[in-house]
Amino acid sequence: MPGFFMSFIATPQFMHFPEALPLQGGASIQDYTLAYETYGTLNAERSNAVLVCHALNASHHVAGVYEGQPKSEGWWDNMIGPGKPVDTNRFFVIGVNNLGSCFGSTGPMHTHPGTGRVYGADFPVVTVEDWVDAQARLLDRLGITRLAAVMGGSLGGMQALSWTLQYPERMRHAVVVASAPNLTAENIAFNEVARRAIVTDPDFHGGHFYAHGVIPKRGLRIARMIGHITYLSDDVMNEKFGRQLRDGLEPKYSTQDIEFQIESYLRHQGDKFSDYFDANTYLLITRALDYFDPARRHGGSLTRALAPVRARYLLVSFSTDWRFAPARSREIVKALLDNRRDVAYAEIDAPHGHDAFLLEDARYMAVVRSYFDNIAKELA
Amino acid sequence: MSETSTMQAIARLVPQGARVLDLGCGDGALLDLLQRTRGCTGYGVEYADANVLACVRRGVNVLQLNLEDGLAVFEDNSFDVVLQIDTLQHLRNAETMLRETARVGRHGIVAFPNFAHWPNRLSVLRGRMPVTRRLPYQWYDTPNIRVGTYKDFEVLAGKNRLRILDAFGLQDGQEVRFLPNARAGTAVFHFEHS
Repeated sequence: MPGFFMSFIATPQFMHFPEALPLQGGASIQDYTLAYETYGTLNAERSNAVLVCHALNASHHVAGVYEGQPKSEGWWDNMIGPGKPVDTNRFFVIGVNNLGSCFGSTGPMHTHPGTGRVYGADFPVVTVEDWVDAQARLLDRLGITRLAAVMGGSLGGMQALSWTLQYPERMRHAVVVASAPNLTAENIAFNEVARRAIVTDPDFHGGHFYAHGVIPKRGLRIARMIGHITYLSDDVMNEKFGRQLRDGLEPKYSTQDIEFQIESYLRHQGDKFSDYFDANTYLLITRALDYFDPARRHGGSLTRALAPVRARYLLVSFSTDWRFAPARSREIVKALLDNRRDVAYAEIDAPHGHDAFLLEDARYMAVVRSYFDNIAKELA
Repeated sequence: MSETSTMQAIARLVPQGARVLDLGCGDGALLDLLQRTRGCTGYGVEYADANVLACVRRGVNVLQLNLEDGLAVFEDNSFDVVLQIDTLQHLRNAETMLRETARVGRHGIVAFPNFAHWPNRLSVLRGRMPVTRRLPYQWYDTPNIRVGTYKDFEVLAGKNRLRILDAFGLQDGQEVRFLPNARAGTAVFHFEHS
């Protein structure tokens, strides 16, 4: 396993921001903290920084492992690190945990500095644009005015896209993987089912469950199960589980016991998730997904919305991804073409559904590697 | 068809600084040449993974799309020149793509193997499908599903109301303007829509 030898020690860092950050929804958040990690070395020109934006359940821990925890690889460890497609021997990579998340940055489980009470359901609604603003402030503090690239997959890709609209001069390149210019009704529908599962859990207490010393685990489990189904493809699920029974060869004819392997797998995933993820965070992040729609303020025209873009783009999608389908990436391609922007687009024929963006695929890795090789040449 | 002399013969047809769309751009060598030597900008469309990767390596704007799905992502007249170099013969919807080429570009440049080149005629006279350097495949495994001649294209262009600005054959990197239908392995057409 080459990853083992390549692993390096990652150390989370924290930056406090006393000044208020105005949010798209009208509220603001102040006295907040962002958790982040950096890998590699910022060069003297401060030109080799790559910002990696995370998706729903990930964090600032993008690559490497934590001291003494060999199994704690970052969520994009196969993509980022020494000698990896995004090579930290050449690039200074930054991962940031978004506001409202539950991995170290200020979130609903923290204390509201104004009221002295835990935010809970009172944590303000944050959007993709708000996250980008917060990330931009972090870059200001790190003394980085212009990124070599901003990159992300899925919801992270939405942030990378938004970066190129909100701060068009602050990056050379944007790498947007398995993403979309907004969510379809079906996609919002999946999010809504997940949210209802959480909100209707009796342990949710309107979002103020911390005070009750409980966690709405049932809701979280079901939310995760639904999400997980949509991240895989029918083919991969069939290949992995098919109609296999969990115990023996004969069905038990029970309505409530686990009967099929796929049930066992989903329950396991749900259990794991409910142990570490915050219920309010799940609501906040799925809402940020739902709201993202840069074309909305331009009469639905993505072409007009993308007019400010200056970055050169690499877009990647995966053929069996039905949650962020290739057709959605092609919409971004078209809007960039209409604006005569530089764009390369790879549509990888991979069986793994949406999850493909996190998995090792030689073609996918090679395209990203080549693209970053060229960025490195450009900087040299 | 990627020989330098042939590529240069095609490149000469592309005006300086043109905005170019190269349909079936292969490894991106022609686009790269146009960008470096003629100040062109543009995009290549390619379907094969290895070619897409080669284009990314070269820093060419490549879009991995299936031409059989059409050119819906491109607006009318959005390019100065649309190239179809050794692409037409692989397309099931060759005529539709020709029309699409004319819709998307102000000018179109199409090059394809000329089946009426004399060695091919000789081969068929002998009763066998030609296998040559230009057409290296056996009849049962050829990716060239649209086998046409220089003259055939003139007819197709007329049918689709394309105005031919220039047409010639290419053989060993040289332009063939005398009897190109018999004397050239490659047919080249430069046209605009009327």
